[in-house]
Amino acid sequence: MTPPAHGEPSLPPVFKRRAGETMAQIPKEEYILETTSACPGCSSSLSLRYILKAAGPDTVLVIPASCSSVIQGMYPNTAVNVPVYNIAFAAAASCASGMVAGLRRAGRETKVIVYAGDGGTVDIGLQALSGALERETDFLYICFDNEAYGNTGMQRSGSTPLGALTTTTPLGKIHPKKEIDRIVEAHHPPYQATAISAFPLDLFQKVEKALTFRGPSFIHLLAPCPTGWRFPHGKTIEVGRMAVKTAAWVLWERGQGRLSVSAPSKGPLKRPVPLQDYLGMQGRFKGLDPALLSRLQQGIGTNREAILAEAERP
Amino acid sequence: MKGRKPAGERKERRKKQRERLAISKPKKGASGKTGAWRTFRPVIDPEKCSKCGLCSLYCPEGVISEDLKIDYDFCKGCGICANECPKKAIRMEREER
Repeated sequence: MTPPAHGEPSLPPVFKRRAGETMAQIPKEEYILETTSACPGCSSSLSLRYILKAAGPDTVLVIPASCSSVIQGMYPNTAVNVPVYNIAFAAAASCASGMVAGLRRAGRETKVIVYAGDGGTVDIGLQALSGALERETDFLYICFDNEAYGNTGMQRSGSTPLGALTTTTPLGKIHPKKEIDRIVEAHHPPYQATAISAFPLDLFQKVEKALTFRGPSFIHLLAPCPTGWRFPHGKTIEVGRMAVKTAAWVLWERGQGRLSVSAPSKGPLKRPVPLQDYLGMQGRFKGLDPALLSRLQQGIGTNREAILAEAERP
Repeated sequence: MKGRKPAGERKERRKKQRERLAISKPKKGASGKTGAWRTFRPVIDPEKCSKCGLCSLYCPEGVISEDLKIDYDFCKGCGICANECPKKAIRMEREER
């Protein structure tokens, strides 16, 4: 697949009527065998399905400690039908660097994908990620962001948003979410994007595109977590869609210094739905302090305006 | 200095060393039959179904096949399919066990 030139319109969004057409692009092969031991309604299982469909069989996954290292199944069996290297929290990106160097030296074009949680990216794995980006490792780093340390029971992470209840912030987090996208942007990777599990086709296309670039690419994937965000299992997609509609999560991609907003986010970026519709669906924002709420709203508004300004810059 | 062992013996030894490494093999049902976790069972009503395939698109476990049959051995009953169905053709029925 040749990557579309930058500035070209993105592919059509997932409209319900068009689902049949757009779904036809997606390969039928499943690389996640039935089934992982993820919680019912898990975003990670869903995202991994589409990431591996986009990447194909000649792929190695590097997974640091996270939910994804647990849901693979019980030894000596695994549900993931591609090679997976499970490694310590702080070492994912540096492990991938070595792996890519070895594979390229042996003349192999195997794709290396790091699939790390938000703790493994914004907190513990940050220096390894920064190093790998600086060395221009030819890999794809996916930060799977459920906004807390889900695997150990939802402790706050650097990625937890302001005001969210977690087991270590029982009154709501008082610090804003760390902006990993800006940190990564400062390293000028060839391709960078945000995605969400509620738009699997958008995720599929972004992974496919990211893998066509030589050098590091980064995808920040928001993953609504029914267990940790405290909403019913069946609403994973609905909550994700609402995050996009309220512009609390904006889907965009950036290549060669230019940002383009992805189709599902184009309307909401200009006319977002009230933020309360998104927060009200989740138990973790229950009884949110009005002062924190206004700070959260302000932060989201500033972020939205910054993206809008960058997208409209000639 | 000790001499090298014969090639066959070395190969055998490498194989044994590899067996000692904790390597998992891909297999269906690596986490057991997760269908046992279910409290509600999704049932597709063929009368209402328009075969759009959104349920199989959004199924986190990929247990809904192309011809829209649900694999009840592994379906965890999360209810995403019932929630996302535009025709409301999927009903969540309480499991009787």
